[in-house]
Amino acid sequence: MQIVDRRLNPKSKSLGNRQRFLRRAKAEIREAIRDSLKSRKVSEAEGAEKVTIRSKSLREPSFSLGRSTGARDYVLPGNEEYRVGDQIPKPQGGGGGRGNQGSPDGEGQDEFTFTLTKEEFLDLFFDDLKLPNLIKVRLKDLKAPKFARAGFTSDGPPARLSRTRTMRKSLGRRLALHRPSLAEIEALEAELRAAEDEIPRDEAKVSTLRVKVEHKQRLRRTIAYIDPLDLQYSRFERVPKPTTQAVMFCLMDASASMTEPLKDLAKRFFMLLHVFLSRYYREVHLVFIRHTSTASEVDEETFFRGTETGGTVISTALEEMLKVVRDRYSPADWNIYAAQASDGDNFHDDMPRTLDLLSKEVLPICQYFAYIETTHGERFNDSVETPVWHGYAEIVRTRKNFAMRRVASPEDIFPVFHELFSANAVTT
Amino acid sequence: MTDTKLPPRRKSRVRPLFDGSEWNFDLLRKTYDTMGEVALGELGLDIYPNQIEVITAEQMLDAYSSIGMPLMYRHWSFGKRFAHDEAFYKRGMRSLAYELVINSDPCINYIMEENSMTMQALVLAHAAYGHNHFFKNNYQFRLWTQPDHIIDYLEFAKRYVAECEERHGQDAVESVLDAAHALMNHGVSRDFRTRPRDVAKREREKAERRRAYEEATYDDIYRTLPEIVRENVSESSASKNEQRRLGLPEENLLYFLEKHAPKLEDWQAELLRIVRLLSQYFYPQRQTKMMNEGCATFVHYEIINRLYERGLLTDGTMLEFLHSHSSVIYQPSFNDRRFGGFNPYALGFAMMCDIKRVCLEPTDEDRAWFPDFAGCGDALGTLRQAWAEFRDESFILQYLSPKLMRDFRLFAVSDDAKDAAMRVAAIHDEQGYKDIRRRLARQYDIAVQDPDLQVTDADLSGSRRLVLTHYVRKGILLDKAEAERTLQYLAQLWGYRVKLVESDDGRVLKEHEALPMP
Repeated sequence: MQIVDRRLNPKSKSLGNRQRFLRRAKAEIREAIRDSLKSRKVSEAEGAEKVTIRSKSLREPSFSLGRSTGARDYVLPGNEEYRVGDQIPKPQGGGGGRGNQGSPDGEGQDEFTFTLTKEEFLDLFFDDLKLPNLIKVRLKDLKAPKFARAGFTSDGPPARLSRTRTMRKSLGRRLALHRPSLAEIEALEAELRAAEDEIPRDEAKVSTLRVKVEHKQRLRRTIAYIDPLDLQYSRFERVPKPTTQAVMFCLMDASASMTEPLKDLAKRFFMLLHVFLSRYYREVHLVFIRHTSTASEVDEETFFRGTETGGTVISTALEEMLKVVRDRYSPADWNIYAAQASDGDNFHDDMPRTLDLLSKEVLPICQYFAYIETTHGERFNDSVETPVWHGYAEIVRTRKNFAMRRVASPEDIFPVFHELFSANAVTT
Repeated sequence: MTDTKLPPRRKSRVRPLFDGSEWNFDLLRKTYDTMGEVALGELGLDIYPNQIEVITAEQMLDAYSSIGMPLMYRHWSFGKRFAHDEAFYKRGMRSLAYELVINSDPCINYIMEENSMTMQALVLAHAAYGHNHFFKNNYQFRLWTQPDHIIDYLEFAKRYVAECEERHGQDAVESVLDAAHALMNHGVSRDFRTRPRDVAKREREKAERRRAYEEATYDDIYRTLPEIVRENVSESSASKNEQRRLGLPEENLLYFLEKHAPKLEDWQAELLRIVRLLSQYFYPQRQTKMMNEGCATFVHYEIINRLYERGLLTDGTMLEFLHSHSSVIYQPSFNDRRFGGFNPYALGFAMMCDIKRVCLEPTDEDRAWFPDFAGCGDALGTLRQAWAEFRDESFILQYLSPKLMRDFRLFAVSDDAKDAAMRVAAIHDEQGYKDIRRRLARQYDIAVQDPDLQVTDADLSGSRRLVLTHYVRKGILLDKAEAERTLQYLAQLWGYRVKLVESDDGRVLKEHEALPMP
């Protein structure tokens, strides 16, 4: 007998099967994800996802006997009162008691529940969406390591030998140690031969020359052309690789006219945007700004939960945003995204100021600014324009990084989001 | 069904093999060896060498999804199964098997690291001795499987499928495998040992002999005889010849397609072959599930009890074992919410114990029913013979005793789709025993449970239409939607029109047709 410990063998041997499975059911899974989004809590927007699909493409048919025709016999255990000839009414749905026999996966064939990992979920979820206007990609936050040249060292693998550097050192050393060149020796030798052939011979001169030649030759032998000391290797170092970072501003009207359902709609949209941005930027900072007739930066909890009373002055929020940008998020270093949600109300007097701020100051520093207008349950039509919608409509015609949509119910969130970020829309 | 009292135990000063739930490799080895003395020495089992592999729960799930094989080619359906099992497991709706054993030589046993030492002991006795003995000795396995080759073959299959994916693309490979999986249950030759392997070759030899005979007996005078005109005959005989050449009728659909589908390329035919051989490999397991589990359960019960009697196991171990053992062999009644057919462990174990009882302490009834071995005294010899020479269906027919039918309170029900109610056809009484036994045996006969489908006609020269016949039994037709989907797969492989006729004794009840999609 042999005992083998397999516990440390590579796990997820069936990863390949899983990928094939997801590929197969892709369309159905995406459908299911969208459906589930309608009813899900926003706090669950990210993370592992349980998906139930009803899939045609996952069917595994086989020739099997139908349940609705013919005569069958069963033998069953546990008889209590039956005698031969007794009639037993058929249970609803036909069939006897042989539920689980037959094909091992005959049950649950059409409806199928399983769990997607966070990665798989996001991949499928945002499959055909692209981040718009990725012009400014600042390299700042230092996170992922990569290899970079870092000077030279005296040892290393042969492949990294730096020939220029090595030759340069060798040359320097040879010069410093007065290694005679070949030409120099040849010249001396010629001189020696000339002196030897000279008649009469100047013995003293010949012998000094001879000693000189021998000395030079010895020097040349002992001082190597390339010495191990000369070897230079390129050195590489792991350096943290700069990655991109983004800040996302969430602006919301907190006045009494924004009811809980409307806020919930906005929240869903913000969460989607956050998850989406997190896929592109290692670091996504969130800034929540809510406003009535005054604006303030708040934490997430207050942002979504708290209510305030007061009028609605949108320009205060934009000003607050600009202030935060000036203080903490220099447009040179950060990708700035903003999403604004409101029910479309604004003090009439404030509109010109808002539009002015938006087009002259905010939009130029933003990668993308999305405005969603949440409306009450009834389907909106474009003829009923809110003041904000009317004003923003001007801007949308001239600025490419500005978009606006209306949302009336949770079902709309994903389609609207999809519209805003779909790969096609972005390229145009 | 089982006696859950602790069996009597000899007082002795033997130290138990282990105490507590922690296990380690030395303990496993020591326990295995000690069990070996009982299993091989006293029970007379004959096994392949064992290879015990310790795995984690996650790896067990992995193994599940590839139909329990250590190696498998890649296919989405295995991913689906994995996702499904994982979801159930994570929600706590299903616990994993404690072990998995593979019919290979050496016999591979997977055991889980989460098991307690008692469970490991149970698992070793169950799989490494019980199942292993069954695999090595049962005639079905001896006839159909080559356990020393299976791992190598799977290795080949896995590599081959991966290569095909690389060369022809995942989609192309997937479509062939999907279709092959759909026909998997019809990829078994039930009598392949006796089938003339090469009909064409035999025909050639016959023709050769005929020619030689004609040559030897040639007489020029016959040339002067006028030739007999027999056009009609030759046409029907041509089609008959073609049928014979194709080996029709043929019940192994995968085999037929692999050899004769006109549009299949070599690699596609090879994929069909892989699926077919796997199907053939699993065929004995489908036929002997109940016996196999019964044998393994009986063996572990015997071994553990004998070790306990010798004082090699502690009382705590024994209680844990009994708890687990009795939940494994629980058989809910038909009207219980948990009922899902017969529990193969329950029926199998009960039958083995019952055979032992008949051998050792028979009643008059047993003597009348089993004159061959009632009271013979050699329970293990009788059992070993039963394990070697029967499959579920014939085993029940041979060994199911009236006492067991009473214990299980078996009754038979006839259910005709035409009628509003089912009818009780037999119960566990004097008149019903034989009837119930016969019906239960049929219930375990997969040749009866699977539809009887055969390729009956294939036109290779003209329209290239393929005709399948479903020989309907007792008016039970195929499930229409499933049949049509499967037929579509079949058409895809065949490459031309395919017709499926459901007929009962020559009377056509229903027809399905499918055309391959371009």
